[in-house]
Amino acid sequence: MSDVKKKAPPWLMRTYSGHSSARQSNDLYRTNLAKGQTGLSIAFDLPTQTGYDADHPLARGEVGKVGVPIASVEDMVALLEAIPLGEMNTSMTINATAAWLLALYVAVADRQGVERKALRGTTQNDILKEYLSRGTYIFPPAPSMRLTTDMVAWTSREIPEFNPTNVCSYHLQEAGATPVQEIAYAAASGLAVLDATKAAGQVAPGDFAEVVGRISFFVNAGIRFVEECCKMRAFTRLWDELMETRYGVQDPKLRRFRYGVQVNSLGLTEAQPENNVQRIVIEMLAVVLSKDARARAVQLPAWNEALGLPRPWDQQWALRIQQVIAHETDLLEYGDIFNGSPVIAAKTDALLQGARVELERVEQMGGMIAAVESGYVKRELVRSHMERLRAIERGDITIVGVNRFQETAESPLTGRAESAFLKVDHLAEREQIERLRAFRARRISDDVAAALRDLTDAARSTENIMPASIRCAHAGVTTGEWGDVLRKIFGEYRAPTGIDISTSVPGVKDREQALVERVRKTGQDLGRPLKMLVGKPGLDGHSNGAEQIAVKARDAGFEVVYDGIRLTPQQIATAALEEGVHVVGLSVLSGSHMDLVREIMDEMRARGLKATPVVVGGIIPAEDVSALRTMGVAAVYTPKDADLNRIIGELVDVVRAAQGLSSFGLLA
Amino acid sequence: MIPEAPAYWPDPAALADAVALRDRGAIAAALNLLDDRRQEARVRASVLMNRLAARPSSGAHVIGITGPPGSGKSSLSSALIGVWREAGRTVGVLAVDPSSPRTGGALLGDRIRMLRPDDDAVFIRSLASRGELGGLSPEAGPMSLVMLAAFDVVVVETVGIGQSEVDVAELADTTCCVVQPASGDAVQFLKSGIMEVPDLFVVSKADLGVLAERTARELKGAIPRKPEGEWAANVTLVSATTGTGVAELARGFDAHRAWLDAGGQLGDRRRRHQARWILKRLREEFGVHGIERLGGGDGLIKELLRERVPPLTRHEELRKRILSLYGSPEGERT
Repeated sequence: MSDVKKKAPPWLMRTYSGHSSARQSNDLYRTNLAKGQTGLSIAFDLPTQTGYDADHPLARGEVGKVGVPIASVEDMVALLEAIPLGEMNTSMTINATAAWLLALYVAVADRQGVERKALRGTTQNDILKEYLSRGTYIFPPAPSMRLTTDMVAWTSREIPEFNPTNVCSYHLQEAGATPVQEIAYAAASGLAVLDATKAAGQVAPGDFAEVVGRISFFVNAGIRFVEECCKMRAFTRLWDELMETRYGVQDPKLRRFRYGVQVNSLGLTEAQPENNVQRIVIEMLAVVLSKDARARAVQLPAWNEALGLPRPWDQQWALRIQQVIAHETDLLEYGDIFNGSPVIAAKTDALLQGARVELERVEQMGGMIAAVESGYVKRELVRSHMERLRAIERGDITIVGVNRFQETAESPLTGRAESAFLKVDHLAEREQIERLRAFRARRISDDVAAALRDLTDAARSTENIMPASIRCAHAGVTTGEWGDVLRKIFGEYRAPTGIDISTSVPGVKDREQALVERVRKTGQDLGRPLKMLVGKPGLDGHSNGAEQIAVKARDAGFEVVYDGIRLTPQQIATAALEEGVHVVGLSVLSGSHMDLVREIMDEMRARGLKATPVVVGGIIPAEDVSALRTMGVAAVYTPKDADLNRIIGELVDVVRAAQGLSSFGLLA
Repeated sequence: MIPEAPAYWPDPAALADAVALRDRGAIAAALNLLDDRRQEARVRASVLMNRLAARPSSGAHVIGITGPPGSGKSSLSSALIGVWREAGRTVGVLAVDPSSPRTGGALLGDRIRMLRPDDDAVFIRSLASRGELGGLSPEAGPMSLVMLAAFDVVVVETVGIGQSEVDVAELADTTCCVVQPASGDAVQFLKSGIMEVPDLFVVSKADLGVLAERTARELKGAIPRKPEGEWAANVTLVSATTGTGVAELARGFDAHRAWLDAGGQLGDRRRRHQARWILKRLREEFGVHGIERLGGGDGLIKELLRERVPPLTRHEELRKRILSLYGSPEGERT
């Protein structure tokens, strides 16, 4: 093994994780690190991501669900206990409240006695894609960008090894972006951050190149792995070129496209989930094979993510995949194995060319912020996503086990379905609220009040938000209090939904025409056009499913009321009443479906809407499906229901049944 | 013949009384009934409207807000709702969005911009335009009357520029047109030749500063001069983001309402709107020829303005009169 030394160093290996409580997540992190994981990737729950405390009404049912709840410095201390921050490289998937979570992280480092300069890691902090896809934004674009530029300026002075923003093309792909759109919009988002930082004037001109060097990216790797590999090469070339021409950065190292990867979680299937393992391996190859465009950090999802929360063993399997590729194979012994390949070069050029054209279009609109605010980018993404779904419906895109090769033997892995994933701790929410209230009672209220006053002053002025936030962290301010102060000053934002697109395609297929006819006929039977409310309750911002249903129902002839994300059960029930809808469709992907649906149905009953049928879509385990049906939900859809025409056809029959009309039956 | 699905039919008189008490379930049910084209629903809707019309008229105000897509109408409505609620006034909103001409489907997304507290004094109903060119579905007129019976202020919000001002002006006491700075909207508007129609102009996104001020100047320059005593439209710069100008605009609406009242014009205006609504519905169903059989549009309007029969009932009577003139059996629409 004499040539071991020649190997390139492997990428950082992480697993995106966190759940229930700081203490339980800390156990998980330490177990994962002991198994050879080389960095941390913290998943926060939705209340933490959107700046609410666990006892806020909007947080109900969401605490500890999709990540760890962090309410205060005390939680952060527990989360990072016995993990030496000076040696760790920590990625935090946090955006609207990134400044706050970074402040808590720094406060913990202060308490551990670690020098700030030694801190390494990443805050995701890419707010633009939150408006487009992930949905955990709070404030309007202008104050949000101000928080971002404050963080960029502050980290470059105080913790120069830290990546203050991780521009995400990952979620753009989830929202439907083609590789060209992914490159163009991610690059445009990066430019928006850098332009804003430059304009804010907090960074000395001589230091700007260093700031450019700290911008990193977070990319999605999909199953078309040759194209994905070329995408990474095209990204690398485009960023290098832009940094040189636009900002005059001379040092090629600072122009380097540095990126981390999570392979495509939403592409994982619920049907025959064992096949996800080979999907994950292949998707990973796309981002590690090419040395010149290799990922700096990789996190792999677990094979059973489409079913529920992965168990420690599932996460271990994901980590072992990375370790086999890095340590068993000879990959790291070679230079770039694609240089000189005409196929790779041609594909890379084509993507680069397309991306330049789209980037130019965005620039013409006044840059990424303007293009997002106008609804342009969202519309383009919804359109691409719709086209992809149509291709799946037509069978032009094969998904093994979903639209082809569906027959399967019984799987020993999922035989007892209820034990094939981790159950969320049902006491987590109550315990977090108890901890939070005890903490509030314990802290020194004068310190808290003074720190919040400082924060208010900083937010109102042009003072950098970080020092005041760190003072808040030390004083015992909570996540909700920090969020409330800024909400009051900056206001809250509702992003364009992007569903005001025309998807009319030439030559509507017979099946769609039949559906349009069913909707029209039912509207006639009921005296007015069919009307549907599409609702997204809770804090979960993954709105793609809701948007696709809304667009599809509109195209079938429904009048669709869609109010966007983050609605309370009361707001949804009120909308159902005021709008006089025939059916309510709810989308929940955060795992909080049981609590939220129950509350909405209670609220609807209280408003006399007992007879209005409710259908639910989301990542919902089989046993919850039957529980929801027992609760009175008319139909439940999970990711394996990919045929939108069928779903809308069933919605028509759900309405007909509720109104005492005979049903049409399955759409031919 | 439209088949009747088995349904629970509300008692229209009781519904009317509950609407006037601002019972939210009743308001929703009344709006559904007005939207329903089945024969039984039409009969009941007539009774409902007659009962509401028999009530003494309140001090309520119907405000039409129109403007091109993206001009900030819904954000503006949202900001206005805040001002009105602070003054203790109740608000009903009818938000109209375009329908797809191909399938009749529509995406109604106006509520999204109307952030509001869970407040029983605000009620929002979205409505599809259903192929009406002017951006208003035929149901909007009667629906605004139901809301008028329940709320202090009724906002009817429609999309478009040009024809939509004309249409919304045919059901609103006060019509307001929203123009976005530096968008070319103002130019479009000036070219459309209907500067006479809106009672108030709003230039939105006043936070854009100089651009907004320039657009306001352009509009002001184009507003026709009015003789003493007549209403002269003005231009308000508003920012829904910062709240600038919102209270001023609300005062502008009140001033126009007061001006209508002082001159005794409010009742006339509303009666004229209802007469024109009837004429329009008849023209849609029977064409110009059908109207001629009743003696022509002008004569019909005069006749309608003389009497005080509520519009749905009057419309139904006139339909039957035309049908009998044509010699066809009265009854269902096909």
